[in-house]
Order: sequence, then C-alpha cells, then structure tokens
Amino acid sequence: MIKNIFTKKKKYATIPSEQAKQEIPEGIMTKCPNCKKIMYTKELNKNLCVCMNCGYHHQMGARDRINSLLDENSFVEFDVNLRSQNPLNFPGYLDKLEKDRAKTNMNEAVVTGEGKIEGLPVVIAVMDARFRMGSMGSVVGEKITRAIEKANEKNVPFIIFTASGGARMQEGVLSLMQMAKTSSALKAFSDNGGLIISVMTHPTTGGVSASFASLGDYNFAEPGALIGFAGRRIIEQTIREELPEDFQTAEFLLKHGQLDAVIHRHEMKETLVKILDIHQEGRDIEWLEN
Amino acid sequence: MVGELDFERPVIELREKIRELKEFTKQSDVDLSSEIEKLEARLQKLENEIYHNLSPWNRVQIARHPNRPTTLDYIERLFDQFVECHGDRFFGDDEAIVGGIAKFHNLPVTIIGHQRGKDTKENLRRNFGMPHPEGYRKALRLMKQADKFKRPIICFIDTKGAYPGKAAEERGQSEAIAKNLFEMAGLRVPVICIVIGEGGSGGALALGVGNHIHMLENSTYSVISPEGAAALLWKDSTLAKKAAETMKITAPDLKELGVIDEIIPEVKGGAHRDIDEQAKYIEKTLIQSLKELMNMSEEELIEHRYQKFKQIGEVSADEEFITT
Repeated sequence: MIKNIFTKKKKYATIPSEQAKQEIPEGIMTKCPNCKKIMYTKELNKNLCVCMNCGYHHQMGARDRINSLLDENSFVEFDVNLRSQNPLNFPGYLDKLEKDRAKTNMNEAVVTGEGKIEGLPVVIAVMDARFRMGSMGSVVGEKITRAIEKANEKNVPFIIFTASGGARMQEGVLSLMQMAKTSSALKAFSDNGGLIISVMTHPTTGGVSASFASLGDYNFAEPGALIGFAGRRIIEQTIREELPEDFQTAEFLLKHGQLDAVIHRHEMKETLVKILDIHQEGRDIEWLEN
Repeated sequence: MVGELDFERPVIELREKIRELKEFTKQSDVDLSSEIEKLEARLQKLENEIYHNLSPWNRVQIARHPNRPTTLDYIERLFDQFVECHGDRFFGDDEAIVGGIAKFHNLPVTIIGHQRGKDTKENLRRNFGMPHPEGYRKALRLMKQADKFKRPIICFIDTKGAYPGKAAEERGQSEAIAKNLFEMAGLRVPVICIVIGEGGSGGALALGVGNHIHMLENSTYSVISPEGAAALLWKDSTLAKKAAETMKITAPDLKELGVIDEIIPEVKGGAHRDIDEQAKYIEKTLIQSLKELMNMSEEELIEHRYQKFKQIGEVSADEEFITT
C-alpha cells in the first residue's frame, strides 16, 4: 500500500462528454490570435476588441465601431435598402450574400450615415470585414459615393474606416469601376474644401487601398493592420524573394511615408475630435476679432 | 557646466565665485554681503559687455549650442492640440523635418520645422536635422493641405543644410527643394518663417519662402556653413571663424541686407538659458505677424511674397550699355 505512494500514477486523457461541451456556449470566450491568451468575449468587446494582454487589435464590427465613436443616439443610417444584384450571374453569389446579411445584420459590407462626435457633425462610412471580407461591389461603391455626396451637400467632414480584401470578384469589372466612382466623388468633395479622414483597419488591401482608403487629407491606420495593394504571396512568387516580416503592416507603411500616423484604437476618438475641432470654420475671423 | 562656450568663461567663473561666497556666508558668521553685492554688479557689467558685443562667430557658437531649443520645444510651448503628420506619401517619413496641425491661441495653423535630436540616438534617427528629399516632400504635402484648408503656415528653420548623400541625390534633392520654392510662392495663406538656429543654404530655404521671415537674435542664415565657405574660398576649413565674420550671416546683418523682417530678441546668454521665456518672445512676434498677414486677401499674400523676394539682391546698370 505504502509503495503505491511512490509509484507514478498513470495519466489518463479526459474526454469531455457531449453534455459538458454544450455547457460552454460558443463565443463566450475568445482566443487572441497574437498572444494565444483566452479571454471573455464580453470583456474584450468592452475594451473595444483590443487584447487586454498584448494590445492586439481584433477586428471590430461596423456597428460596434460606430457606437464607440459617435455620440449616443446621434447616428442616422443611410441607404439601408440597397441590395446587390448578380450582374454576372455568378453561381451561388446571391446565397452567399443572403447568408452574410443574416450573420451580420447588415445589407452590405459598409454602414454609412451621419452623426456627431463630441457634438461635431460628420458623415461616416464604416466597412465590416465579416461581410464578404469587406469586398467592394456595386452596393459598397454606391453607398460610399452617396455618403460622400451627402457630406459635400451638407458641408461636413467625411470619415471612412476601411476593412476590405479589395474588389468583389463576383461582380467583375463593375467592382473595379467602383474605385473610380468613389474617387471621383472624393475629388469633387475635396475641391469643394471638404475634409476627408481615412482610417485603415485590418485588412485594407487591393482596390480599396488603391482608391478611397488612400485619399484622405489624413490617412491613419490601426496598429498591426495589414495594408497593401498586391497580396504578399503574389509578390513573393513574382519576385522570388522572401519579404520582411513587417511587410505591409501599418508600421511598415508609416516608415515608408504612406500614413500620417498609426493610432491605437483607444486614442482614435480623441484624435478625430482634435482634427475635427481644428477644421471648424470661422476660427480665423474669431481670432482676428479677439 | 555642460555646453559652456569659451567666450563666456569669465561670466561663468564669476558666477561660480559668487555662488561659493554665498554658500560660505551661510555656513559661517562672516558677513560678506557687501562684497557679494559688488561682485554681482560686476557680473552684471561683464554679462552686458560680453553678450551685447557678440561677434558673428560667437553667435554661430550659440546657434550650434547642444542645448539650443528645437522646433518641438517651441511647438510644445506655443501650440495646443498638436497632431503630428508623418510621411511624404511617396517614399518615406523623414524625421529631420516634423510637421502637423495645431491651434495657436485657438487659431488653426500648420507647423513645419527642421528637427535636430537631443542626443546621439535621436540625432541618428533625425539625421542631425539634415533632410532628405522625402522631408521636403512631406513639408510640401502639409503646405498644400494648409492651403486647402486656408490656415496659416509657420515654419521653423533649423538645419545645417540638406543632407549631402548618395540616396538624397538619387531621389532628387534638387528637385525637391526647387519644387518647394516654386509651390511656396503660390500659397494662398500667410507663411511665416522663423530661423531658430542655423539656417543652412537651400535646405533652409526650402521652408523659407514666406511673407515674413524672422530670426532669433543669435541664429544664422547663410548660403553655406562658415566651414564650407572657408574650404571653398580659401581651401582651409579652419578659417571658419574668418568666414563667419565676412559672410554676413547673423540676424543684424541680414536685417541690414533687407532679407529678414524682425529680429526676435533672445534670453541673455542664448535661447537655451530659458526656453519658456524664449517661447514668449517668439509668441509675441508671431501674433504681430499673423495679425498683419491675415488681413490680406489671397492675391495680396501671393503678391506680397513675390515683391518681398523680388527686391532682394543688388544690381547696378552700367550707363555705357544703355541704348536708347
């Protein structure tokens, strides 16, 4: 009997029963892809989806983002009724859209509307990577263009948060042309003196990075965001060279002159308020009078 | 004392002696107050003698003082809500030039300036305040932005010059500087330039096409560094002191030549002695300048800048060659 104390106990693997598995509902915990720490999703969301352990910026849904920035009850959404067609008769496209609509409770990969940040009026467009990877088809292009036109009409700043894999393949060349459409709208707005702020979030690539995402008077990005035109794999295959680890990260772009700043999500609102405040009109007249 | 300059040694020695005496009276019963008073009066006289008769070379030394306040020192003290903007959107972010937007007494402005480092590590990062083409292109990008949003531009000039290097030439150093001069001439907003340290050559001028150009009392502005001039003219860079005297590079000289508008006085002994106080002197001049320029229309501002540079230079026409 006593010798049993000194012998090693055999190890058994424990396999949770089906019942035990069901006791933890899906989504209650989230594992950080960067530091691998597991945390409560609720707490993570409260922290604006920034990992409490390592500061990794998890992707954030468009509506959560809007809630985190705009004054309560100030947001009025535009164009909730627009729906994508299937211009190329791409098999299965409409089903996939339907699925993503149900999953995200959004009609498309971008939410647009107007509202106030600390009392300062803005038109804002926020993309959501959960909807078809945030890809840009006709509806995304149209919604963004209409939002810019609205900003122009009302003479208020336009803010866009991008998150997109690029043009939407299922709509072919029509998606490519959305790049020109949105950019044309921005040009007209800019020539009219409009303020454009672009914030690139993870990921911002392809046709979106090569159009409105890069056309801000101020181009910002969130830490660690992947930003680029061509995909890493394609470049590596073309040039037959291995690329540096930080290639196409927000920090890489900052070093290469493409960004005004990389801004932590917790400081995003404060920075936007500072810039919006500086761009309020009539300050020079006020100044001369004092 | 760190960074003491040779010509001010008598002042520093005397100041040290007074300090010692004061210390001594504290510890003993001997009353030396009358001696201290006398010495203090002498110190005052000596300081006036030295600091009011600075030679051009002395001013070069002060302008190059390791503790001389930099653009960011003044930005911190003069402006609110500063948001730094990086990058030229082409190639890189040159940390030898900083820029951004902020408010000056509640007035939105764009600020751009050369930026030296405070220590070796920072100096390596900022390339000792000597910009590459991407620095000038960042500056131009921010100027264009200021023009779009109709806010005044304030430039702080503080560089030994544009960086003489291979990469800089490959990326078009000359084109970058030239483009800035060209585009600055057409800016529709007030542009105020303040030389706060060394204004070295084209690298300084690329931020220098302004409606008003002011200089701190002990700053310099020149086509080339005294060392460079000595090497070119006399093939001996050790004659820098002589070059500094002949080249007319100090604020009073440039004022006389009609190149600059105002001399901003410095704290006694140089701006590094009291940065807060120095910032106040700059603030005063800045308010005056802005009030004057903001009353001009866009066309007037461009014309004002044009005329300002048009009248610089001395020429005479030879009677013999005049044909009627």
